[in-house]
Amino acid sequence: MNATFPMNAWYATAWDVELKHELLARTVCNKKLVLYRKKDGTPVVLEDACWHRLLPLSKGSLRDDTVVCGYHGLEYNSDGRCSYMPSQETINPSACVRSYPAVQKYRFIWVWMGDPALADEAKIPDMHWNDDPEWAGDGKMIEVKCNYRLVVDNLMDLTHETFVHAGSIGDRNVAEAPFDVHYDEHTATVTRWMKGIDPPPFWKSQLNKKIKYDGLVDRWQVIKFQAPSTVNIDVGVAIVDTGAPEGDRSQGVNGYVLNTITPSTDQTCYYFWAFVRNYNLQDQSNTIELREGVSRIFAQDEDVLEAQQAAINANPEREFYNLNIDAGAMWSRRITDKMVAKEQQT
Amino acid sequence: MRYRNTWEEATIEVVEQVAANVMQFKIRPKNGTQKFTVGAHLDVSVLINDIPEIRSYSLVGSYEPHAPYTIAVKRLPQSRGGSKYMWSLKPGNKIRISQPTNHFELGFGAMDYLLIAGGIGITPIVGMAQQLADRPGKNVRMLYLGQSQAEMPFTETLQEVLGDRLTLHYSDDEGFYDMAQILELANDKTQVYLCGPIGLMNAVRKTWEESPFETTNLRYETFGASGLFAPQKFIVTIPRFKKQIEVQENETLLHALEAVDIDVMYDCKKGECGLCQVDILDYSGDIDHRDFFFSEAKKGENKKMCACVSRVANGNITIDTAFRGKQK
Repeated sequence: MNATFPMNAWYATAWDVELKHELLARTVCNKKLVLYRKKDGTPVVLEDACWHRLLPLSKGSLRDDTVVCGYHGLEYNSDGRCSYMPSQETINPSACVRSYPAVQKYRFIWVWMGDPALADEAKIPDMHWNDDPEWAGDGKMIEVKCNYRLVVDNLMDLTHETFVHAGSIGDRNVAEAPFDVHYDEHTATVTRWMKGIDPPPFWKSQLNKKIKYDGLVDRWQVIKFQAPSTVNIDVGVAIVDTGAPEGDRSQGVNGYVLNTITPSTDQTCYYFWAFVRNYNLQDQSNTIELREGVSRIFAQDEDVLEAQQAAINANPEREFYNLNIDAGAMWSRRITDKMVAKEQQT
Repeated sequence: MRYRNTWEEATIEVVEQVAANVMQFKIRPKNGTQKFTVGAHLDVSVLINDIPEIRSYSLVGSYEPHAPYTIAVKRLPQSRGGSKYMWSLKPGNKIRISQPTNHFELGFGAMDYLLIAGGIGITPIVGMAQQLADRPGKNVRMLYLGQSQAEMPFTETLQEVLGDRLTLHYSDDEGFYDMAQILELANDKTQVYLCGPIGLMNAVRKTWEESPFETTNLRYETFGASGLFAPQKFIVTIPRFKKQIEVQENETLLHALEAVDIDVMYDCKKGECGLCQVDILDYSGDIDHRDFFFSEAKKGENKKMCACVSRVANGNITIDTAFRGKQK
């Protein structure tokens, strides 16, 4: 298994609500970081090691927008430049900790770990549904003890729903319906339509929040990967034969499962997800019910993924077999591999 | 962040004079070049009187895959000896170099930049100008000072990159540069990157410190190589050790003390950390403080000096070290 990740990419490091005017430690791409929000709200990401004796700055404190090391009191401004050294009148000109480009967008704090000269905000993966007034929802972050690519694999092939999530969103239809896979330079898409089926219990209850209906539905799952580690899944059901496959979803309900997975170490990742919907927008209890419901479903994935990573570690000489169902995951890996190879060439 | 050096053999590929007294070297390490960010330098093991010493040279320009490292060295007739060694090198010669490390990192978070270079201090600034010139939303101005065009390398490259955002100042023709003008090129958000001889650095720092702008927005790098006086020999008396030694013009006080087994604590060897400070008991002539550790006020008192870089001009000195044990 290739465990590398591109450095020249935006990675989510925190939910907007997680980042406060206090120090937060995170590890991204094997680098220890300290994060905080300035008083004006701007996110700051610095290397989590004092220039002087390497104590993690996250063990220190924040005074206004200045980080104070918890060992000898060296201070750093939000650019990472040292602004105070004890018992001397001058400051060593090279005293700096690395600062990383950081941006808040789509309710996440994004960090750029690679060449800062290339950090273009336009490259942040599209997750606009997460703060779009046409959509409502919320999500969580899970620290999963597996390589981030195993989570991408998991999301790119939803046949696992049938077996991992039986009784909620998974049923035989998902494992049996055909699907199409397409890709371009930066994305891979898996499209699956299950037409004229009985809705699984979850979708039946969601549809009834909008339309009282008890019959057959057309169900869709359109999984879109954006390199290196964002997977947005367009999901929903509509009353059978009302034109949903052709684009008219007015007789149905639509959700997006938004996922972005950040490599922490080679064997751990931060899995940020949200579930948003375009119906019943004002109903806060629906938001919480969905968030907690998805949270329980994803705990099942977490269990599988951690066991899978442990099995990979226990069998270092073995590699995966791949099936037809893995096409989406394999395109995703190939696109990411190319990003990594291109970075390593230059 | 400071990194331990890993040393490797490298070959001088090209030697080319790029200005009066400035030689450019293209150096290829045995195991290929490593990626570096602008502002980075190489440590080079130079031989001075056949004794290996370490000198730091900024990398010129931006990293390009497969291209050798480029450094430029000014010949200083009375240097500590590094430039003399470097100028003796010919294509094909082998040297030992470290990996690139960066203590003068260009931050990309600002919108407004002022680059200031004096003389050979241009070397780390070239890559910064290249990186900032075409970046949307970034304003960059540059001031490059020297004696005359003939003495200043890379002016053509910089003019191509920056156009009228580059101001060149030739002191032979135009005289002393009025440092107050830099404040007209800057605002309270401007990050300044400065490298040059100590006289220029002191003048910019003083102007900046007296301005309303944040001191943390002034970034600079020094390798402790320049002073207000040309290096001269001087005699050092150390009463505690009942010794009198002569510091040669191409030797540091620290080196001369170590040579007679007088221990002095030190670390950076470029006048930044202050660990090598010694007490001045008496002196004649001028103390040439070449460090960036002591404040201007402390330097003016002439009670302490950094043995790694600072010197005496036109006189001699009596010092004490931190030793308080019994004499053998």
